[in-house]
Amino acid sequence: MAQGGRPLKLKFTVNEVARELETAPNVLLVDILRGPLGLTGTHVGCDTSQCGACTVHLDGRAVKACTVLAGQVEGAEVTTIEGIGAPGNLHPMQAAFQDLHALQCGFCTPGMIMSAIDLVRTSERLDEPAVRAGLEGNYCRCTGYHNIVQAVLAAAAQA
Amino acid sequence: MGDQGIGKRVKRREDVRFITGRGRYTDDIGHPGQTFAVFLRSPHPRARIVGVDAGEALKLPGVVGVFTGKDLAADKIGDLPCGWLVKSRDGSDMKVPSRPPLAVERVNFVGEPYGIVLGDSLAAAQAGADAVVTDFEELEPAASLAGATTGAQIHPGIEANTCYVWELGDAAATEAAFAAAAHVTRLELVNNRLIPNAIEPRAALALYDRATEEFTLYTTSQNPHLERLILAAFVGLAPEHKLRVISPDVGGGFGSKIFVYPEETTACWAARRIGRPVKWTADRSEAFLSDHHGRDHLTRAELALDAAGVFLALRVRTRANLGAYLSTFASSVPTYLYGTLLAGQYRTPAIHVEVEAVFTNTAPVDAYRGAGRPEATYVVERLVETAARELGLDPAEIRRRNFIQPDQFPYQTPVALVYDTGDYQASLERALQRADYAGFAARRSASQARGMRRGIGLSCYIEACGLAPSQLAIQLGAGVGLYESGEVRVNPTGSVTVFTGSHSHGQGHETTLAQIVSDKLGVAFDQVEVVHGDTGRVEFGLGTYGSRSAAVGGSAVVTATEKIIAKGRKIAAHMLEAQPEDVDFEDGVFSVRASNRKLGFGEVAFAAYVPANFPEGLEPGLSEKSFYDPKNFTFPAGAHVAEVEIDPETGVVELVAFVAVDDFGEVINPMIVEGQVHGGIAQGVGQALMEHGVYDEAGQLVTGSYMDYRMPRAADLPSFIVETTVTACTHNPLGVKGCGEAGAIGSPAAVMNAVTDALGLKDLAMPASPERVWRALQSSTAERGRGTGPRSGTVEGAQAAQGSPAAARG
Repeated sequence: MAQGGRPLKLKFTVNEVARELETAPNVLLVDILRGPLGLTGTHVGCDTSQCGACTVHLDGRAVKACTVLAGQVEGAEVTTIEGIGAPGNLHPMQAAFQDLHALQCGFCTPGMIMSAIDLVRTSERLDEPAVRAGLEGNYCRCTGYHNIVQAVLAAAAQA
Repeated sequence: MGDQGIGKRVKRREDVRFITGRGRYTDDIGHPGQTFAVFLRSPHPRARIVGVDAGEALKLPGVVGVFTGKDLAADKIGDLPCGWLVKSRDGSDMKVPSRPPLAVERVNFVGEPYGIVLGDSLAAAQAGADAVVTDFEELEPAASLAGATTGAQIHPGIEANTCYVWELGDAAATEAAFAAAAHVTRLELVNNRLIPNAIEPRAALALYDRATEEFTLYTTSQNPHLERLILAAFVGLAPEHKLRVISPDVGGGFGSKIFVYPEETTACWAARRIGRPVKWTADRSEAFLSDHHGRDHLTRAELALDAAGVFLALRVRTRANLGAYLSTFASSVPTYLYGTLLAGQYRTPAIHVEVEAVFTNTAPVDAYRGAGRPEATYVVERLVETAARELGLDPAEIRRRNFIQPDQFPYQTPVALVYDTGDYQASLERALQRADYAGFAARRSASQARGMRRGIGLSCYIEACGLAPSQLAIQLGAGVGLYESGEVRVNPTGSVTVFTGSHSHGQGHETTLAQIVSDKLGVAFDQVEVVHGDTGRVEFGLGTYGSRSAAVGGSAVVTATEKIIAKGRKIAAHMLEAQPEDVDFEDGVFSVRASNRKLGFGEVAFAAYVPANFPEGLEPGLSEKSFYDPKNFTFPAGAHVAEVEIDPETGVVELVAFVAVDDFGEVINPMIVEGQVHGGIAQGVGQALMEHGVYDEAGQLVTGSYMDYRMPRAADLPSFIVETTVTACTHNPLGVKGCGEAGAIGSPAAVMNAVTDALGLKDLAMPASPERVWRALQSSTAERGRGTGPRSGTVEGAQAAQGSPAAARG
């Protein structure tokens, strides 16, 4: 895709750090995160917004960063997998994924965790069918989802 | 060793980086001054390249270069080879078409690369690619598998598009057994084409240093040393000592990242040509078009039985699709990984299989999780289940009557393999129990009362994995050995660095191999580090495929630890003033038998590097390596039970329960093994119910995105019941078999046996999509109306009767 249009000046917050940068208006949020911001934990697995590997939080809600244009994040708060917990200080969802072997190759994992956190936060009560339905936007090719579902339920029980 | 040794559910250490976004995949790596590559790909299934005009493209800002197959040919860049030479039954070698990394004169499948455009940015490279004008002369394609041998000839000199016609087994004995049989069960089976779809697309970053003439290639490979070997020995890019291949974190492979592809090969060449790093990452559309696909067989299978349901003979005729070119191991998949597995778990005395492998104008087909063994299991287990129905026997009972018995091992099958051990009935009985097989009739009635159709299906699979031994495989045509390397380097302070030639792209080797070494050396788990995936750090290796990492890679590591212990014993004996044979080693302690004299492993390690009090003639240091060559395959086996419920109004198949009881021998980390089974089942269920790579008659891929190629999502699957039984492998030091592919091998047949049971049909081609199931129900209802009964005929036949060729697609 060609970089068209006048450059945009953007101000937004990523993982609680204020950011200012200039970018072409047709650039996607995921490319800003992975490129100039160096936040490579957010992955790209498809080109039709169906795999969910690029899921991040935009003003607290899960979005696919491959469907968000740069201009849409002006003034917004973006949280990526790097912003929710770190080694030694894991988010409960991250810990549950490790405890219950809810990942193998790890490529879908950041997006899956970001979706799962949003799912738990926005659900009154979660059972197995609700977790399975709630993760419909995220593909995993390794785990058969079995342990992912267990991990999300375990993290939800603590929330 | 405590709670983190062999057999323990140790949490994976690699997870910490993955769950915090600190993994390092190929696309995450950049290099100053790098260019971005976009490949020019054929829009036609078969065409002559008349001319490529890059004039306009090269004028665009940021476009660095445009190169085609002619440029690589001028630099004497060689073809991508196939690593396994299969011979036809007449003794002739298989026919190998030329496959340059970039097509030179002709393109033979949609998506085949014929040029590379390099830009200062990805956007510039894309704009450049859009501006290249290519003149093609379209040629008639041979896109369909069924019509491959009578269609247009794809490659010069390869008649009837046939690569080889291979056979195995005793044809005469098989014919004789069929002539005497009380009953023959026949099926025409389709093993649908699958597109692997690891969630991380393939990628490469190629660097070239003009001063040292060294290449460094970061790429998404399951076997970086094989990549290096092929780039050096066949492609002729550079000698091996000038090539370093690094597979950093790799986001799944499932076979598709074993192969050496045009893209990373071309990226290396281009990096040298332009003197700048070259970065390429596939988008998903490219992955669909150009990753090598899996399966794609048409099979006629017949099972001869006596009146009691005892198997007398099996006859199989398969046409296997190789796609347009021979991929790295393509030729071995429908032969040595397929025909040899047709005995299954049974005593069938006579088997004959013939495989006709053909070229078509489609993407190359090669190993995909299971590679030949799911296809074999599908043939055997669909036949067995169908035979049981035809003879009015319980499908479990017909299997019991034919299982190889525990006291018959080692068991020589009529198709070349010698199974070392197993207890097939133990797995089946446990699976039936866990699936509440006895209670199925009541569940079926309950479903019926709700207007639903319920079915149950079994699959008792066997697989051969941890390919072996090298000498035999090379006699059979393999171009590489099948051993694995393991190096155990004990550091002066007693911590350990393990180097393995196998590669982890989700399997958890950094944890599992550390458990093994911790257990064997008595060193704390967190004092053991595992290094893999870098030809600059690991001496040699063959990578990860065919469920080999524990059985072959793990055994290599064990063998290296045995050498460490042997040397440590000499050092300890000297320091303790004893004879080496009087020194025991247990739980990290060397002790003199019948005394209180002892030394910790760390003390001995330190002494090895600070040899103050050291045996005469012994070299300092404590580092050992092993190349472990397996004596035989390992033979994991098990029983899978699927239960489905079908809504006749919509044709939607719901998988309501799935039980897998597998015998993987000894288990190093049960948590990881269960995870491997879960993932394999999901891919097998995907094959049975939804996945289908479809080319139309014109040779265009019509399932080229996640919009068209459906893979299982969380809501498509139930939680699985997974258990293991254990008969230890008899010929490797860990007693392990291999667990990576079993789920995908056993499950398609189990699911389709359940679906056909629910529908009351003899067969239905995979995938059992809602449309196919609905059509099958409509036509069987219509047939019942005509008084022919629901169990006669196949659905494909019914579709043909309806004049609906479109229905044959998923």
